[in-house]
Amino acid sequence: MAIKRTFLTLLSAAVLAGSFAVGSTTKAGAEEAHFIPLLVYRSGPYAPNGIPIANGFIDYFTLLNERDGGIDGVKVTWEECETKYNTKVGVECYEKLKNKGTAGAALINPYSTGITYQLIPRAPVDKIPILSMGYGQTAAADGRIFKWVFNAPTTYWSQASAFIKYVGQQEGGMGKLKGKKIALVYHNSAYGKEPIPTLEALSKKFGYDLKLLAVDHPGQEQKATWLQIRRYKPDWTFMWGWGVMNQVALKEAAAINYPMDKFIGVWWSGTESDVVPAGDDAVGYKAGTFHAPGANTQLHKDVYKYVYGRGKGAGEKSRVGEVLWNRGMLNALVSAEAIRTAMGKFGKKAMSGEQVRWGMENLNLSKSRLKEVGLAGFTPPIKVTCADHEGNGPVIIQQWTGKEWKFVSDWISPMREVVRPMIEAAAAKFGKENNMTPRANCM
Amino acid sequence: MFYREAGQFKTTYAGDQAVFPILQDRAFVIAVILFAFLVVPFIADDYWFQAILIPFLVFSMAAIGLNLLTGYAGQLSLGTGGFMAVGGYMAYKMTTAFPDLNILIIFILAGLIAAVVGILFGIPSLRIKGFYLAVTTLAAQFFILWLFNKVPWFYNYFSSGVIAAPPRSVAGILVVGPASTPMVRYLVALSFVVVFTLAAKNLVRGRIGRSWMAIRDMDIAAEIIGIRPFQVKLLAFAISSFYCGVAGAMFLFLYLGSAETEAFNINVSFDVLFMIIIGGLGSILGSFLGAAFITLLPILLTNLPPHLGFSMPIDLQSHIEVITFGALIIFFLIVEPHGLARLWQIGKEKLRLWPFPY
Repeated sequence: MAIKRTFLTLLSAAVLAGSFAVGSTTKAGAEEAHFIPLLVYRSGPYAPNGIPIANGFIDYFTLLNERDGGIDGVKVTWEECETKYNTKVGVECYEKLKNKGTAGAALINPYSTGITYQLIPRAPVDKIPILSMGYGQTAAADGRIFKWVFNAPTTYWSQASAFIKYVGQQEGGMGKLKGKKIALVYHNSAYGKEPIPTLEALSKKFGYDLKLLAVDHPGQEQKATWLQIRRYKPDWTFMWGWGVMNQVALKEAAAINYPMDKFIGVWWSGTESDVVPAGDDAVGYKAGTFHAPGANTQLHKDVYKYVYGRGKGAGEKSRVGEVLWNRGMLNALVSAEAIRTAMGKFGKKAMSGEQVRWGMENLNLSKSRLKEVGLAGFTPPIKVTCADHEGNGPVIIQQWTGKEWKFVSDWISPMREVVRPMIEAAAAKFGKENNMTPRANCM
Repeated sequence: MFYREAGQFKTTYAGDQAVFPILQDRAFVIAVILFAFLVVPFIADDYWFQAILIPFLVFSMAAIGLNLLTGYAGQLSLGTGGFMAVGGYMAYKMTTAFPDLNILIIFILAGLIAAVVGILFGIPSLRIKGFYLAVTTLAAQFFILWLFNKVPWFYNYFSSGVIAAPPRSVAGILVVGPASTPMVRYLVALSFVVVFTLAAKNLVRGRIGRSWMAIRDMDIAAEIIGIRPFQVKLLAFAISSFYCGVAGAMFLFLYLGSAETEAFNINVSFDVLFMIIIGGLGSILGSFLGAAFITLLPILLTNLPPHLGFSMPIDLQSHIEVITFGALIIFFLIVEPHGLARLWQIGKEKLRLWPFPY
């Protein structure tokens, strides 16, 4: 009997909770406010990366509310949902949050390439724009097919071409690339495979030899990979890694005495949580990025004053200014600026996804505007157009000194003449397979 | 009082051999099916369809598939994710190659291809048993995913290796693809699950199911009474993989919409195995209960505390969810090692005596 009773109790609990869950999807809050769903991963295998990103986001929104009373007077609200970096959980989170707030979700930052791929087909149906800043599907840069997806300021393909440009500069001219050997160590997933077409196309153009080395998720075992690198003796090694894979790669590279200053990581492989665990082995390692490291801007001072000074910080004060905190903050800023742009057209009220999409497409984060928000010199201007959802932003190379990341190059513009046609071809192929026709009204 | 079979006399063999011989059971099952088809579409919202009902149906299908193999025929398999991947990728390849072919037929064809692959990887089961067989099926899991990741033909040479469900209609209604409504996808999934559950239910009580169980309980004895292990075991692999293949196609087309091989990784195999262990080995009902337990409980645990008024940091909540989930698995396995289906059966037996137990 006891068993049955427990079972029935649990069953009734489940039924009760089920009815609660229905209630949760109703719209909450009467006050006009922008609603931004946040898909975060503060637990699970990638939590060391997820925590600073999420804190950067929240700290910036808190700053807007505390310092300015929201965006042009309309408060920002948000709700976190834990995805554990798991695609299925992320989709569940998205479904849960998409209709909340007075005007529904303004935009979504999936913060995982897997979740981005899931949401891209849903965005036009739900009318919620996706901002996948520096990740996700590169082809989405073609705004004529991907009306609802934005990956400004720059993409993996642009970054790969900038890396080749950087290598050319270091070698003393693009002509010197001929006969050079470049290895790519990549996470064996959609994310890791992103740069391959660009690097292959450029290898044909400049005549370098490219070796592709896949590392299976999660990447804790790379002995064989680095043995191959030792045999192949590449002049330069690029890495498209994520999470624990990065630290392991740095240690393995040091173990075979690979010169660290010839080892360049993608912007997701160039954070404190990648290099600090590798200790001295990581000194000299380089990575691409699209914004400055450190907490040296006016905006950071404001965050200290208005957010942490008032005890409203999302994380530890000492971690403000970490690479991923800065990236989360910049991502929040771009989101907020898109909302602000939309408010300029649609008026002072909570923005819906459809309105923010317009704002995103007309986003012009000029140099003077960046100075106004307190980010002078932090990142180059970002301008999105109807056809170009990437903005073709430049990439910069930073190097780990053992204590901090330092810029070691100028801003490098990607090879647009190579990358853009590839993006358009990939987008057209995607459009064809999904019966989509490009929008005719832009360009 | 209400649940009593007294007075229900069977006057024909057909009546005696019915799937649900007891009138109340039959009425209950029909009521559930009608409810799922006629009432649920009107009361559920997108969140329920997309996050709860569709994954539940997809995993029920996979769990039935594995239960036929492991629960009924006694062949332990860790290749479920791989066989699901075969279904998903083959359905994708076929529908992109023949866009005009009915997508529902493609699901079945994808299942058939998965069945062939299942037979291939089932051949070792004739020589090896138990944990050793689990290892060879594990090889299937890794080999299949490696193949789909390695050979660009399987994902139509997309640079990212991601396959996406293209829009396809049946009788003018958009069934799959991003613009299809979750309700339609739910109804398609439900139809597949209902049809194939009835098929499975009939299969396991007939000659085939009985020979599976004979092999499971003692294969030498089964051989002596005239059951051929070769055919019977391979048939179990084929039918099980067919179910998994269809489940994989549903997983990609009706639930996820787009996926890479990582979506079918080893965790899927483990999840489905846990479903049938917790739900009940050798029970069709158990497959559903297990699928509900594994797919829905984490969602319930995430959504419950905020509704009860506990607000806590999201990471703490996520950790508590994992702890509770693990504790509940242990609790149920201690209380009833034969799974939730057995609890249900005990409940039914008690119900027969209620309210006057002796």
